[in-house]
Amino acid sequence: MKGLPPVLITAIVLVAGFALCAVQFPNIASTRVVGNLLTDNAFLGIVAAGMTFVIISGGIDLSVGSVIGFTTVFVALAIERWGVPPLVAFVAILALSAAFGAAMGAVIHVFDLPPFIVTLAGMFLARGASFLLSTESVPITAPVYSTVSDFALRMPGGGRLTSIAIIMLAIVIGGALLLHLTRFGANVYALGGSRTTASLMGVAVGKMTIKIYMLSSLLAGIAGIVFSFYTSAGYSLSAVGVELDSIAAVVIGGTLLTGGQGSVIGTFLGVLIQGMIQTYINFDGTLSSWWTKIATGVLLFAFIALQQGLVALARRPVRKSAGATT
Amino acid sequence: MEISSDPASPLLEVRGISKSFGAVRALQEVDFTLRAGEIHALLGENGAGKSTLIKVVTGVFARDAGIVRISGEEVAPRSAKAALGAGIATVYQEVNLLPNLSVAQNLFLDRQPMRFGIVREGEMRRRAKALLADFGLDIDVAAPLGNYSVAIQHVTAIARAMDLSARVLILDEPTASLDRHEVEILFGIMRKLAGRGIGIVFVSHFLDQVYEISDRITVLRNGRLVGERETASLPRLELIRMMLGRELAETTSARASATEHEAREICASFEGYGKAGYVAPFNLELRHGEVVGLAGLLGSGRTETARLVFGAERADRGQAKVGGAPVRLQTPRDGVRHGFGYCPEERKTDGIVAELSVRENIVLALQAKRGLHRPLSRREQDEIARRYVKMLDIRPPDPERPVGLLSGGNQQKVLLARWLATSPRLLVLDEPTRGIDVGAHAEIIRLIRELCDDGLSLLVISSELDEIVTYSDRVVVLRDRAHVEELAGGAIDVGNILAAIAADGAATAHEGRA
Repeated sequence: MKGLPPVLITAIVLVAGFALCAVQFPNIASTRVVGNLLTDNAFLGIVAAGMTFVIISGGIDLSVGSVIGFTTVFVALAIERWGVPPLVAFVAILALSAAFGAAMGAVIHVFDLPPFIVTLAGMFLARGASFLLSTESVPITAPVYSTVSDFALRMPGGGRLTSIAIIMLAIVIGGALLLHLTRFGANVYALGGSRTTASLMGVAVGKMTIKIYMLSSLLAGIAGIVFSFYTSAGYSLSAVGVELDSIAAVVIGGTLLTGGQGSVIGTFLGVLIQGMIQTYINFDGTLSSWWTKIATGVLLFAFIALQQGLVALARRPVRKSAGATT
Repeated sequence: MEISSDPASPLLEVRGISKSFGAVRALQEVDFTLRAGEIHALLGENGAGKSTLIKVVTGVFARDAGIVRISGEEVAPRSAKAALGAGIATVYQEVNLLPNLSVAQNLFLDRQPMRFGIVREGEMRRRAKALLADFGLDIDVAAPLGNYSVAIQHVTAIARAMDLSARVLILDEPTASLDRHEVEILFGIMRKLAGRGIGIVFVSHFLDQVYEISDRITVLRNGRLVGERETASLPRLELIRMMLGRELAETTSARASATEHEAREICASFEGYGKAGYVAPFNLELRHGEVVGLAGLLGSGRTETARLVFGAERADRGQAKVGGAPVRLQTPRDGVRHGFGYCPEERKTDGIVAELSVRENIVLALQAKRGLHRPLSRREQDEIARRYVKMLDIRPPDPERPVGLLSGGNQQKVLLARWLATSPRLLVLDEPTRGIDVGAHAEIIRLIRELCDDGLSLLVISSELDEIVTYSDRVVVLRDRAHVEELAGGAIDVGNILAAIAADGAATAHEGRA
């Protein structure tokens, strides 16, 4: 179940695309490039994993990009200006972002408001708050940053699996397990199928909504910390539009935008596809980097059309006779 | 199967339930008793209060008065979930499960077998298979529920309810979308459960099925209890009389004589017209200046016939002719082009536009017929509206008033006016007097006769038999989605109609659903 065919299509697109790139630029097929791809897209992978939960449950979270921006500024200021130990700063910002997500979830449930509007408000709120903290880029010079940034696992072929890439992979795997193996995961699908029915069947819809948005914001907070490692700075304008990139990754990964079907692994593949296009453009050197957006747009459109086709197929009544033994 | 012989403690006892929605009294002091191990049919025509009763018992609606007891203990559930906790499970026609989840997940949602915080998928599937095997199903429980037929989804819903230890099972029109074989499977399961002492409430409008499966029948009409009988000792004719509430008082009217009827010009005719699985092929002639009534129980194919005639549904066989020339009626636009009009039963959802004024509602169909590039001027609109407000005596006589603020009877008149403005040759009225008060009732009937005298051809559907008898020149009786009888002239009376509806339908019973 769980939308396997779309995931397979995503995987095929990724492999085929990678093969095409490798034919044109043989150097792309190296662990070095793949390692960089994972590092460059670590924050996107993390935040998209959270977005997958939200979208499968039938919602949307537009605030994640702003939460990442706020996190980088908060962490940078806490460490550099307020003299807070980095670990304490991390714990504080994760608690803050989780609470922020929980609050959005609560508002969505209690006032029965569309998630689009509530998280749009959250997006402005978080972005505004990060400007309030600082409008400039704040460099982070704490030793822990260089330690973490320098740490990497060597891969055969000279590639480096950096610490932030490892964090991302761990979160993707953890997210997949959470979604597919736990009661929480089953309830996420149930909510996406129908909130009313899920509630009739005994799912605590309110608690689930709060938890789902809490998870998304928490992962956005982690993505923010990862982003601050990646850039060694905090900047209120960072990660603008990342919410849209992550929605694109989720949809390209085969998750139904209307909820009820999808997978974290698919989302991960969607992130890799976006990263691959970016890499190709870097290798080419003559193309404007905006081609990434154009290619992503085309892919997104193709996948939505594909899903509509699959949904239409699924709606055709399949009458299997009851296997009666009585 | 045995009916619990201990009347002292019925499984489910409903006493004196009343429920109003605003001024509408949906239920008035209704009693209902379900014994352990019985299959109890709850019957009534549209608006009789069956769904309201179920929703009040299962806590979806709050009740105004009355009590509900389960095994002698009073319960007052406030939600479907609480009702399930009290032992009452409901399976609706629209299955309330999640088609995107696997069958196993649907059965065990929120109560999956767990180990170390992880769902034991294998164990859950094993249990799901065992549970369904008990109901005679052997299917892949890991597949999404939506992949299976409605019958299997129904059984899954029942299995879930039983596993949640429900003692009262309410099945609301469970067989409406099932074929004969699936109905057999469902009935087998119902008998098995009844044998275990579960009380089953069976809501259906298929009387053959009711006679086949139920032990007892409770009939509601207009929100009141008509009576509770044992199925075996209740003749079909008597049951239909209970449902339709006719005292067989002879109603007469100034009907055209048979000879006069032959002399009239044919307005539209349908030969072998029908659609598979919708209405069995029928022959129908509609003449100018004639009212043809369609009588039958809910779900007998009355509305379906009307929709085919108007073109709201496509026929897949037969030939329609208008004024002797063959025509194709595939969309409502075709119907309108040939001068047909259709006032649907669901006035509020399919007919009027409540926010628009009386004038705007009246000119709607005429404007649609003329096309958007030939707009009616405001003066023409005003004139048309004024004419019909006067002619049909729409009150208050203010063409600018939003239709939503008018009474039911006046809304019905606005709908009539809308079609009359298009100068139709044939008008189809589906339950024109439903939900309007007695005074307006008589007026609508008078209007129907007058329109007919002006040469219009009318096809009228009504559950009110004496009403049909009053205005019809001919009456077509339907049963199980087929036209079974046509009465004309002196043969039209309530008794004959009832007899035609009640005639043992074994021969035609399942034709429509095959």
